[in-house]
Amino acid sequence: MACRSSGGGRRRGLLPAGVIAAALFALLLALPTAARAAADPFAELAATNFDVEAQGVRDLAVSGNPRAHAVINALRDGKLWAWKWPRPDAPLFIRTDSGIVDARTGAAVAAPAPVNLRRVIVNDSVRAAIETAEGALNLVSPVVAARLKAAEALFQSADAGALPLIEQALAKEHDPSVARVLREAHAAALLKSNTGSTEARLAAVDELAERADLLARGLLASLHGQPPQVAAAIAAAVRSIDRSLQLWGLLENVYYGISLGAVLLLAATGLAITFGVMGVINMAHGEMVMVGAYTTFVVQQLIAAFAPALTQFGLLFAVPAAFLAAGLLGVIIERTLIRFLYGRPLETLLATWGLSLILQQAVRSIFGPTNQDVTSPDWMSGAVHLGGLVLTVNRLWIILFALLVLGALMATLRWGGLGRSIRAVTQNRRMAAAMGIRTPVIDALTFGLGSGVAGMAGVALSQIDNVSPNLGQNYIIDSFIVVVVGGVGNLWGTLLGALILGVVDKFVEPFEGAVLAKILVLVLLILFIQRRPQGLFPPKGRVAEA
Amino acid sequence: MRDRLTVATLACVLGGAALLAALNVLTAPASALHVPGFVISLVGKYLCYAILALAVDLVWGYAGILTLGHAAFFALGGYCMGMYLMREIGTRGVYANPVLPDFMVFIGWKELPWYWYGFNHFWFALPMAMIVPGALAFAFGWLAFRSRVSGVYLSIITQALTYALLLAFFRNDMGFGGNNGMTDFKDIVGIPLNRDSASVGLMLVTAVVLALVFVLARAMTRSRFGRVLIAVRDAESRTRFLGYRPESYKLVVWVFSAVIAGIGGALYVPQVGIINPSEFAPANSIEAVIWVAVGGRGTLAGAILGAVLVNLGKTWLTSALPEIWLFAIGAVFIVVTLFLPRGIIGLFTSRRSARAPQPADPAEPKPAAIESTAREAAG
Repeated sequence: MACRSSGGGRRRGLLPAGVIAAALFALLLALPTAARAAADPFAELAATNFDVEAQGVRDLAVSGNPRAHAVINALRDGKLWAWKWPRPDAPLFIRTDSGIVDARTGAAVAAPAPVNLRRVIVNDSVRAAIETAEGALNLVSPVVAARLKAAEALFQSADAGALPLIEQALAKEHDPSVARVLREAHAAALLKSNTGSTEARLAAVDELAERADLLARGLLASLHGQPPQVAAAIAAAVRSIDRSLQLWGLLENVYYGISLGAVLLLAATGLAITFGVMGVINMAHGEMVMVGAYTTFVVQQLIAAFAPALTQFGLLFAVPAAFLAAGLLGVIIERTLIRFLYGRPLETLLATWGLSLILQQAVRSIFGPTNQDVTSPDWMSGAVHLGGLVLTVNRLWIILFALLVLGALMATLRWGGLGRSIRAVTQNRRMAAAMGIRTPVIDALTFGLGSGVAGMAGVALSQIDNVSPNLGQNYIIDSFIVVVVGGVGNLWGTLLGALILGVVDKFVEPFEGAVLAKILVLVLLILFIQRRPQGLFPPKGRVAEA
Repeated sequence: MRDRLTVATLACVLGGAALLAALNVLTAPASALHVPGFVISLVGKYLCYAILALAVDLVWGYAGILTLGHAAFFALGGYCMGMYLMREIGTRGVYANPVLPDFMVFIGWKELPWYWYGFNHFWFALPMAMIVPGALAFAFGWLAFRSRVSGVYLSIITQALTYALLLAFFRNDMGFGGNNGMTDFKDIVGIPLNRDSASVGLMLVTAVVLALVFVLARAMTRSRFGRVLIAVRDAESRTRFLGYRPESYKLVVWVFSAVIAGIGGALYVPQVGIINPSEFAPANSIEAVIWVAVGGRGTLAGAILGAVLVNLGKTWLTSALPEIWLFAIGAVFIVVTLFLPRGIIGLFTSRRSARAPQPADPAEPKPAAIESTAREAAG
């Protein structure tokens, strides 16, 4: 399938398909006139009769004149000026911001005395002609995206009268993606017109079956009175489209699920360290995420104030800043609070809950209770079309970022010096201490690492969620669920747990609504803990005993 | 020592309530000694919280189950009472529908859902306020304790339970008033709720119920059953090896505690005049735990003391210095867990007192602590 990228809202909206089709049809009827006016396609625009003027717009549109687009745009915007007195050469001018240009050539000219000029005005029929002309112009526009839009409109209208025009455009079309849509438009128009040989119709049905979207299905389903052979092919095509639509729907749900899973994964990865590896029930984990999000906000403000040129790359600075801010906070918390509570998980839970209340209120006191505005850079907006899927770019980045963070963390734990020490202390604290590892320092750093990762999650979440003092609370329960489902102390389990929860959530959602989906997940979790109290991957061997 | 504490608690609860009631009823409104009606309802509210705190102390202080979802049982009891009070409004509602509560008319319902049947009778709603939380607790506890979910895991799923209920009750089509819950109650068993006499009566009833629950809980924890419960709290495996079934003991105290919480909720709703899903918020349950921790875990009297003290502080701070409240309650969480593991009561009782509860792992040296946590998590 072709990979098309759409650049956002800069182009004008798609004209209603019917308008374009009707207009194109009218244009075809007007072809002989166009031939007559070919000598000077602009002349009629200067006419004082609106009907002649409208005809002039239509003629100009199909003339293939390179200036046609600019002149019609100028007419639409009221920037086209004509000579006030009748003259055989009917001069036309466009008033631009920088001066007056000749409409026919686009060359700048000395401004004529204003007294000699009149603005070319339009009425409704001319305005309709302009809309028509824009549709037709787009089909011969040098911009691929514009041609694509016009072709798509043709497809949607499936107007038999447009067949010659489509064929004409097809003959000239070089871009494969536009040609493809034109062929589909041709097929649609052909089938709709109920003419043509059986072979041509069968080929057209094939073309539409290959397009395989809701529009193609609707069009095929609306066809009647076709020859039996074609009718059978149409029925088969509808079935095949249904299957393919179902598949895309499934894939879309999977994507949404993965995207939610990535968010959960980000929020839970830090917890997998503090809770999973250290066994510390940190109810203030969500607040570490919040600290990361607020760091993003502060970094953005700083960049806006001191280095506006870097605005697009603010997030690149925010990631390490958030890691350091949350990590440092984590180290301080470990040294002043957590270390007195090792081995007393229930007390830790209460103390860190209290801490989370303090952090929330502190942020509320400093930044105020309202949401802070964190803007997304341009490279994170937009969407990618992949077959029948629409993937939003910021979600793609978050999935990528979540995997990167998880990968970096795994690498640190496996190969890094700190990671080795962390594993040693977790596996056998006394032996590690005997080997010269300063276990209190490692405890503090481990907690700092987990908190720092939570801070990085906050950077990502600031892009898709409200940056408010309550940001962390929304994720704390989900994060614990992910870690518990995945199995404590197992990062692969965390990954799988996050994905499973995300996908389950999104698959239940369409049927039962978001809230029920959440409830169902929680109920499933309660049942899951009953069945497998140690998560998906229970530890084996010596660790499992005791 | 212990008995003196019990007597003092009962005297404080019953005597204090009676005194306040007398000061409200017998003095003239202009008198310096007069206790205004809003103070009476406030005290009534604290006493309801104290009932919830007793319920939490029973499971946390005596069975070692740190519940982060007890407010769910409290709120369920409250909803049962709220349903009765809603039906009691009758035709005095905005839409004057004799059967349907206003919010149902508002969302276009034509018939009363089956689970609302019977709630027009006080004699039906009151037992339901105990049965519904009790049944939920039984189902939950039976599943959880049988598969030996314990410690932090149990805490997290109790929190998930109340969170799930919070989300569920937010939905309009549950038929419990959605986001707004139920309010605008008119009267209870024919007595208008907007009078001082109603507040005084409800407060006195709450005080008596609290005293009864306290005596009952004390008897329970002092009995043979209570001894086994404490054994389960301190050494579950050992108790099991001695031939007891810890899950049965836990289940009984868990259901009993949920019923107590439900009663507390049922008394709470007519006094505050509203019940809505925010009562299910996980934060409420955790606050209930901290009341117990402040007063002294596993002392029962401490639960009552903590609930009243913390809520007094909350009422005062949230009106005087609203920004400080979260800092203060957060600090209380930390200070109590770090420096006051036995709560306020623990400050006054002798350290050698045999029945005073110990922190979960009192003598565990730090080096082994993390490993033991990991093991606890693993097995």
